[in-house]
Amino acid sequence: MGKVVYTVGDDVSTDVIYPGRYMATVLPTETPQYAFADHAEFNAKLKSKQVPPGSVLVGGKNFGCGSSREQAVSTLKGYDLVIVARSFARIFLQNSINLGLRTVAAPDIDAKDGDELEIAEHEVINRTSGRSFRIEPLPPARRDIMEAGGLIAYTRARVLAGSGAR
Amino acid sequence: MGMTVVEKILARASGLKSVKAGDVVEPKVDLAMSHENGALVINQFLEIYKDTSVTPKIWDPSKIAIIFDHRVPAESSKTATNQKKIREFVAANRIGKFHDIRGDLGGICHQILPENGYVRPGAVVVGTDSHTTSHGALGAFAFGIGATEMASVWALGTVLNVEVPQTIKVVVTGTFPKFVGPKDLILHLIGRLSAQGANFKVIEFHGPTIRKMSTSGRLVICNMSVEAGATSGIVPADDETVRYLREEAGVTGKIALVAPDPDATYDQIVEIDVSKLAPQIACPHTVDNVKPIKDVKGTKVNQIVIGSCTNGRLDDLVVAAKILKGRKVAAGTRMLVFPASGRIYNQALAKGIIGDLMKAGAVVMNPGCGPCLGVHEGALGDGEVALSTTNRNFKGRMGNPTAGVYLCSPAVAAASALKGVITDPTKGVK
Ligand code: SF4
Repeated sequence: MGKVVYTVGDDVSTDVIYPGRYMATVLPTETPQYAFADHAEFNAKLKSKQVPPGSVLVGGKNFGCGSSREQAVSTLKGYDLVIVARSFARIFLQNSINLGLRTVAAPDIDAKDGDELEIAEHEVINRTSGRSFRIEPLPPARRDIMEAGGLIAYTRARVLAGSGAR
Repeated sequence: MGMTVVEKILARASGLKSVKAGDVVEPKVDLAMSHENGALVINQFLEIYKDTSVTPKIWDPSKIAIIFDHRVPAESSKTATNQKKIREFVAANRIGKFHDIRGDLGGICHQILPENGYVRPGAVVVGTDSHTTSHGALGAFAFGIGATEMASVWALGTVLNVEVPQTIKVVVTGTFPKFVGPKDLILHLIGRLSAQGANFKVIEFHGPTIRKMSTSGRLVICNMSVEAGATSGIVPADDETVRYLREEAGVTGKIALVAPDPDATYDQIVEIDVSKLAPQIACPHTVDNVKPIKDVKGTKVNQIVIGSCTNGRLDDLVVAAKILKGRKVAAGTRMLVFPASGRIYNQALAKGIIGDLMKAGAVVMNPGCGPCLGVHEGALGDGEVALSTTNRNFKGRMGNPTAGVYLCSPAVAAASALKGVITDPTKGVK
């Protein structure tokens, strides 16, 4: 169960999630401070440590469109947010899987700040409104990487298998 | 069953006879491009080998391209240090295609790759930049990936678990009116498809108008395909591709062309006749908020930008100079021009175009991404309006979330510079 801490509309771009002017900062340990930097209130809330891990950010369609910058994912991962959106842009979705940011595509999701969401296997249940919303399953190709714990681990296993080393 | 161009490319690169949309494949990579975000790629690459007894080794350094463009010359000590770290890694690992900050060989990655002949028809190209879609202009399957995925490519030489995308076929007919061109076509298409209309799909461009279009124009439409969400745009290679590679990129040796099968399966077919197309403008703050110019003409503009990987090529500067030569940028409007590469800058100098633009009042800056992504030169003031030939107008894109960015062609940008308001070049500009 996670509480909705922020809701945004359609086509939220990586320029909004992680503005370009902070792109010289690349390390996942340093990027969280600039999450939604131009949404000053939400940014301050994240930094104030009032947002427990597993809290939910609800997005509209095409969440994460735009640039391939991975900072847009690591910045949210830094707070262990769960992103529930109507749909995701391709590169953002792939980056999330690679870095282990939890994304849930629920095409009809309807929730507002403060709602409690339960994310079950096939549906998101809004415990506050009592409604539930179907989850679009992840394409199988992406599930493998997710289950390995992200792309670094997945690739490491491949490298080790190839080199005969342990 | 027939295959689309991308299906053919992925089948070849994956060592399979045929593939179809939805299949999961692991294609070999022909070219892997990064820019300043190579610093993060290096970090993630070393992470793969951490706590193992295996020495980090790049699968094929000759296939890696690194181009400094996003923040050149460095705007901060942090960027300069990242660039230094990359430079050292490039030397230590003998990375073949490295373009440092230089007036002759430097420039924006999406211009450097084609103009140096690094991209060939039928190739699989990945880049840690969403506009890697550009290279579909040469008949390659080129798409953007994140830094961690690139680290994996550096280690393995393949992209893991790629789902073969569906393809949208776009057939373009008709002759462009004067001062209307590829930028207007792609803006119109994005408006029609929406910012998500091609998500997870490829856009394959066909029709007589595309066949007649120069590689420069094809780069524009493939570059911006990602703004409709597309994994890539692609123009199946033809005689023009061969001409460009031979004459402009100096490629010798064999060039193999890959065409789709006549009975290939498409997700949808979109037809566009450009004969009556008006200049198109993407209005703040989404690229699919596209309107014909008559709806926004007269809007006051504080800053005009001509450049970027979308419209910073020689033909773009030629159009702008034609309109601005012997005239003046309006008072109260500033105009910034940044050629896409050192080579283009030098060609424009030789043609006298740079002089024409400067005499008109434009500030001509060094090749690179410049104001496009809002980290560097040319930021906007609070509430200001920019009219730009770049490819994105998201909130905050030019460094200020209270500013608005309109996107347009070079002809519209130049005509508007004269008046200080959005101006239709097809009406009354010579
Ligand atoms: S010019 Fe702009 S869009 Fe093109 S690569 Fe540079 S920042 Fe990206």
